[in-house]
Amino acid sequence: MTRYVIVGGSAAGLAAAETLRREGYDGTLTLIGDESRPPYDRPPLSKQVLAGEWDADRLRLRTPADLDALGLDLRLGVAAAGLDTAGRTVRLADGTSVAYDGLVVATGVRPRRLPGEGAHVLRSLDDALALRGRLAAGRHLVVVGAGFLGAEAAAVARGLGARVTLLEPAPVPLAHAVGEAVGRVLSRAHLEHGVDLRTGVTVVEAGAGGVRLADGTVVEADEVLVAAGSLPNTEWLDGSGLTVEDGVVCDAYCRAAPGVYAAGDVARWHNPLFGVAMRIEHRTNAAEQGMAAARNLLRPEASKPFAPVPYFWSDQYDMKIQAYGYLRGHDEVGVADGDLSSGRFLAVYRTGDHVSGALAVGMPPKAIRSWRQAITTRTPWHDAMGAVSVN
Amino acid sequence: MRVELDEPKCVASGQCVMASPEVFDQRDEDGVAVLLEETPGAELLDGVREAVAICPAAAIRLVEG
Repeated sequence: MTRYVIVGGSAAGLAAAETLRREGYDGTLTLIGDESRPPYDRPPLSKQVLAGEWDADRLRLRTPADLDALGLDLRLGVAAAGLDTAGRTVRLADGTSVAYDGLVVATGVRPRRLPGEGAHVLRSLDDALALRGRLAAGRHLVVVGAGFLGAEAAAVARGLGARVTLLEPAPVPLAHAVGEAVGRVLSRAHLEHGVDLRTGVTVVEAGAGGVRLADGTVVEADEVLVAAGSLPNTEWLDGSGLTVEDGVVCDAYCRAAPGVYAAGDVARWHNPLFGVAMRIEHRTNAAEQGMAAARNLLRPEASKPFAPVPYFWSDQYDMKIQAYGYLRGHDEVGVADGDLSSGRFLAVYRTGDHVSGALAVGMPPKAIRSWRQAITTRTPWHDAMGAVSVN
Repeated sequence: MRVELDEPKCVASGQCVMASPEVFDQRDEDGVAVLLEETPGAELLDGVREAVAICPAAAIRLVEG
C-alpha cells in the first residue's frame, strides 16, 4: 500500500492533502503538524484576532466534517525530528517514525527572536491571543520591526487605543520590499495615526519591560512585540541530504529529491516566470504551492513547473494594500494610476526590461488585474507604460 | 452542489475570479467576491473546486444541495 506523508499542518500542508485526494489518490495519507490545533489561518492573527473581532473558531481552514472527509492519518501536536531519504522514513519527536513513498515538506517558518526574555512574537494563534490579552487603551506597545507584520500589529494596537512605538533598522520601512517611495507612503500612515515611528534604530535586546538599542538607549514598554522576520523550520532535515539554504532548495517542480517535494514558506524553488530562486512567505503561495507540489508528486511523468505570480495583501488602518509579482530587487517604480500622496494609487515595478510587480492601495480590482496579466505575460516595461501615458 | 461565500472573510485577492470566472466576480468598490452562480453546472465544478482550494481566506465552500 502506498503512503504519502505531508509534514506541516498549515495552509500548504492542507492544500497538498486536499489536492492529492481531489486528484484521486486513495492510499494512506499522513499529515503531521507540530501544533495541536487542526489547520487554521494565520493572516487574521495580526488583523481581526489581534483586534478582538474574531474568535479562534473563525480561523479554522476547514470544518471538522470537511477534514474528516479527507480520511487523513492525522498526527497533530508532534513535530518531525528527522528525515532519512535513503530509507524513506520521517522520524517524529515522540520517538515513532513513519515510512513514506512520497513526501511533502511544508514545515513553514518561525519568528526570529532577539536576546532577552518575555517579548511577544506573532506566528501562532496562541501568540496572537497572548498579545491581544495584554493590549488596551493607554498601554504602551513597542514593536520591533516595521515590516508588514509589525505594521499591521501597530495599526491594530492604535485602533485599540494603545500607545505604540515602532522601531525599524532601515531608514525607510519596507523599502527593500516595495521601494522607497511606497515605503514612505506606508510610513506616513503610521505617523498620521500617532505611532512613534523611529527608523535607523537597531534593537539588540527585547525583554518583557522594554528593549535595548545598539547605542545603549533603553525604550521602556508595557509589552514588546518582536516582528523581525522569520527563519525556515529546516533543522529537522539536518543530515537528510536535502539541500537547505534559507529554506529547502527545490527545482522548478518543487522537487527537493526523488519523491520529496516542498511547499509554502519553507520552500525555496526556482520560479521560471521570473528566472530566479525565491522563497515566498505569503498565504496565497502556501495554497498554490501545496497544490502544485502534490500534483507533481502524484504524477511525476506529467510534472509542471510552478511559475506563479506571487500575491499578498496587508490591512493597515483604512488602507488595503495588494501586491502582485516579485518586487524584490526591482530597478524602477512607476505610478500607473492615482497619486502616491492621495492614499489611492497603483505603483508598478520594473525589473530588467519587464513589468515584474504591481502594488495597489484603494484601487478597483479590474485596474489591478490587467497589471497582473502584464506580469504573467512578461510584458516589456515600455509597452506597458506606453499604454498608461496614452490613457 | 451549492457554492457558499463567507463574504466578511473575503480579502479581495481575486483568486476565485481567475480560477472560475463564470462563477465569481469582484465588486468594483472594494474587490470583495461576488457569486454569479450559486448552483453552478457540473461543467463548472472543477473551476469552483480550484477556487475553494486557492482562496487565501478559506471563504468559499462547495456543499451538497
